[in-house]
Amino acid sequence: MARKISMKMAINEAIDQEMTRDPTVIMMGEDIVGGAGGEGEKDAWGGVLGVTKGLYAKHPDKLLDTPLSESAYIGAAIGAAASGMRPIAELMFIDFMGVCFDQIFNQAAKFRYMFGGKAETPVVIRAMVGAGFRAAAQHSQMLTPIFTHIPGLKVVCPSTPYDTKGLLIQSIRDNDPVIFCEHKNLYGFEGDVPEKSYTVPLGEANVPREGKDVTIVAYGLMAHRALEAADLLAKDGIEAEVIDLRTLSPLDMDTVLESVEKTGRLVCVDEANPRCNIATDVSAQVAMNAFGALKAQIEMVAPPHVPVPFSPVLEDLYIPSGAQIADAARRTLAKGKT
Amino acid sequence: MAGQITPIVMPKWGLSMREGAVNAWLVEEGATIEVGMPILDVETDKLASAVEAADAGLLRRRIAQAGEVLPVKALLGVMAPIEVSDAEIDAYVAAYVVPAASEGEEEAGSIFQTLTVDGIGVRYARRGPETGTPVLFIHGFGGDLDNWLFNIDAAAERSPVIVFDLPGHGQSDVKLPGATLEALAAFVLHFLDALDVKTAHAVGHSLGGAIAAQMASDAPERIASIALISPAGFGADINAGYTEGFVAAQSRRELKPVLEQLFADPASVSRQMIDDLLKYKRMDGVEPLLAELGAALFKDGRQTARTVDALAASGKPVLVIWGRDDRVIPSAHAASAPAGATVKLLDGAGHMAMLEKAHEVNGAIREFVGG
Repeated sequence: MARKISMKMAINEAIDQEMTRDPTVIMMGEDIVGGAGGEGEKDAWGGVLGVTKGLYAKHPDKLLDTPLSESAYIGAAIGAAASGMRPIAELMFIDFMGVCFDQIFNQAAKFRYMFGGKAETPVVIRAMVGAGFRAAAQHSQMLTPIFTHIPGLKVVCPSTPYDTKGLLIQSIRDNDPVIFCEHKNLYGFEGDVPEKSYTVPLGEANVPREGKDVTIVAYGLMAHRALEAADLLAKDGIEAEVIDLRTLSPLDMDTVLESVEKTGRLVCVDEANPRCNIATDVSAQVAMNAFGALKAQIEMVAPPHVPVPFSPVLEDLYIPSGAQIADAARRTLAKGKT
Repeated sequence: MAGQITPIVMPKWGLSMREGAVNAWLVEEGATIEVGMPILDVETDKLASAVEAADAGLLRRRIAQAGEVLPVKALLGVMAPIEVSDAEIDAYVAAYVVPAASEGEEEAGSIFQTLTVDGIGVRYARRGPETGTPVLFIHGFGGDLDNWLFNIDAAAERSPVIVFDLPGHGQSDVKLPGATLEALAAFVLHFLDALDVKTAHAVGHSLGGAIAAQMASDAPERIASIALISPAGFGADINAGYTEGFVAAQSRRELKPVLEQLFADPASVSRQMIDDLLKYKRMDGVEPLLAELGAALFKDGRQTARTVDALAASGKPVLVIWGRDDRVIPSAHAASAPAGATVKLLDGAGHMAMLEKAHEVNGAIREFVGG
């Protein structure tokens, strides 16, 4: 347990262990082996950021380099899933999902429903999300709300290497399609990860910090920013409770509501654009189900409603910071009932 | 005059503690402190407990403030007789330097070792002096070596100490040598063989107590004495709500009320404790293993094995400690202790007396093991 590995290695290890455990686990994607026309493992690249490096050598009959056609191989993965395999499809950037919406929204998400519960689609679609990588507007979006909106899909967005490994193993074993969102700026983030296989259930939030004064709800990179905010607030004697949602569908509202019943104040943080995002969803559910517990207005911290800027200066301003989250907490603490 | 000044420092509980958060002082400046008196409440990531005075004296200065997080051995307070001036105490406090961690303790990872016994990897640690009859701590069902957090260092002051994770527990391999007390006892004896330990004082908690008793009856020459804390094997009753609830619980919400049954004060159950146990239970194979073990040893709230008679027949010195508020195995079972055994019933303790009343348990073990 004392071993620390990066989030990237946690993903690699989860796939490796599941491929070893279950012969139906396969993977397809762009450049995940050696790149189109390459010689396989000899020039293995392991995907755009090297997440799958080394897997082809261990599981040569289970990884497939695909042409640069997301609509084709996402469709192939969904078809394989419906026929008894457990495919993982790696789609470099979630921004490219647009070309496979029919496969995901109308096929994968609907099979169980349209076939009277008789069809299962155990596919995992992994994709990088998030800003801060200097990758410009078409490679930096946080599109988690779009998939969360669709019934029939499960949506995961972990913040730590421990959660990443356990949630990915659980996602592979799950019998429904899972959109597994990996924040590219967390790939190098290291943490304790057991070597053995383990799972983290879908639909259970984590509470990395307990506090009694204000609840801060976040996920992905924002969970780290929320913890920074909690540190800043602690200097003023404010005890913030930080909730890391971990999975967005299913969503663990029980943990959020329980916390708000205790603190009476809520700050929702999201790296997704501010309209119809996870923060607005959580805010609405708290307003509906725990209005009586709220002592003041709910605050939301999200980027502006604009594309992710390419200018590094503007991009850094675009992403919510720990200081902004702490300020939002102070705003809700300054008003309302005591 | 600094020789008359006695520091009170942050204790090191267990193998991996590096710092503790000061919750509150339990005594005022000017109080006369006696050895063993609880003087302040400290919280680690595992559990909150009271720091007990290691020395007697007059408390002159409370240095640590509530809310502070301080490293092990940091100065918490100062005791000195009334003749020592405030200026001398000021000078002592100003000159105090937190001693560095002793050699080999820098990396928590290096504290633990792994050994393969009968094809099963076992995590263990050895502490204390090189020579003498070791004290072997055996944890209970679903537990791990951290259950002995508050006891390891106290025992290691006088004797070599061995702590380990049972097969299928903690960070040992998720495999059982068999789901019977005989198989588990044989495994622990093989573990001692692998460590080249001929004889040990066994300290067992709950299921670990039944394993210790089984070892004493199967290999009496290997066991010098037996100390048991809320042991299994003394009677038929066991709380199925706990044993089955522990196996079945899938979430924090389900596990918390189960764990609360372990302690006299349910507030002892921290979020960290729940998270650590969920992480353990979520390892591949752990739940079926616990279910198998539970079904074999305590099915439907009845213990299947009675070890106390064989223990009595072994003629070994026996110490039995039981929390009066034990809600897992009733303390009434202590009445079945072998004739001649020392029996201590502790007020304010539940099933986890070694955590809840560490000072009393450590004192009783020290007196019993001697040395």
